[in-house]
Amino acid sequence: MADLIKVGMADYKVGRSPSTLISYGLGSCIGVSLYDPQTKIGGLLHIMLPDSTQARASDNPAKFADTGIPLMLNDVIALGASKSRLVAKLAGGAQMFAFANATDIMRVGNRNAEAVKQILRRNGIKVIAEDTGGNYGRTVQIDLNNGAYKVKTIDRGEKEI
Amino acid sequence: MTDEFNLSPIQLDALREIGNIGAGNSATALSQIINKRIDMNVPKVAFIPIEDVPDLVGGPDTIVVGIFLRVYGKAPSNILFLMPQHSAFYLVDALMGRPHGTTKALDEMDQSALMEIGNILSGAYLNAFFNFTHISMLPSIPALAMDMAGAILNVVLVQLGQMGDQAMVIETEFLAEDEGINGHFFLVPDPGSLGTLIKAVGVE
Repeated sequence: MADLIKVGMADYKVGRSPSTLISYGLGSCIGVSLYDPQTKIGGLLHIMLPDSTQARASDNPAKFADTGIPLMLNDVIALGASKSRLVAKLAGGAQMFAFANATDIMRVGNRNAEAVKQILRRNGIKVIAEDTGGNYGRTVQIDLNNGAYKVKTIDRGEKEI
Repeated sequence: MTDEFNLSPIQLDALREIGNIGAGNSATALSQIINKRIDMNVPKVAFIPIEDVPDLVGGPDTIVVGIFLRVYGKAPSNILFLMPQHSAFYLVDALMGRPHGTTKALDEMDQSALMEIGNILSGAYLNAFFNFTHISMLPSIPALAMDMAGAILNVVLVQLGQMGDQAMVIETEFLAEDEGINGHFFLVPDPGSLGTLIKAVGVE
């Protein structure tokens, strides 16, 4: 059986086939995957916030889109992936509670998705699939055998993007 | 200004005691509503690494019902009452006077009843805080979601995550006499609010 590697909140893992990387219970967080189909090397990052500009030096860089993505990118390249072949998929970015006077922080899911896409673009990495928004949680996993990115939900079934 | 205080044991005790009384008020209220004895444990007051918080309620992909209230005032905070799905169904049956095991999904009326419970518990809880600190804490109207614990906790953790890697939680577990209900009540002060609370308690 292929091993299943868990990725916690504000964390990332990289690996190669036949591993599967999984992250449970994303709300406004985003699961960003990178995958090189030729070497079958990839990574999964679980970010909480769009940018680290207000962060302190001691903060965990994997918590933010702007610091976490470059970190994972370096690691998958170090493992042997080619940057030009890497493709990205992402899911998450929900708003779990609907409040009439939702503050900025409650719409963080949206901002996370925008930030992730912008940072990937800046690094020249193409986003080939996306499942973001809504008001429900997601569990995401990427199978490094084939790059299949599965999104599981509670009431809305399971899909592959 | 840092939010990762080095709280002294006495300060932690003070917070735990306030949490205890608050939770006691809430448990009494809940017990009267459903007419069953409700036990609670001694509140945990702790700084927990953010990524470990979902484990307090059974892991990030456990299905839970969450009732969320924002607390306004001088010490802005978040309140989250989390129950496993079966507890929420049980509670709804008790509230609606239906035989146990009737509820299999939450309709609008059920959700509204649960939100009202969130309201009552929070009110009782915050009252205790007010008695100690004389800081008035006003809860918003509640919001409800049934989903993965990790996803629901995100709402609270994201706010804390902006400021640090640790979450200060005051947490109490409720348990009904027949174990039909267990729930976790979290009071999570915003970074900065903790200082206000500690100061108001008057413990150096």
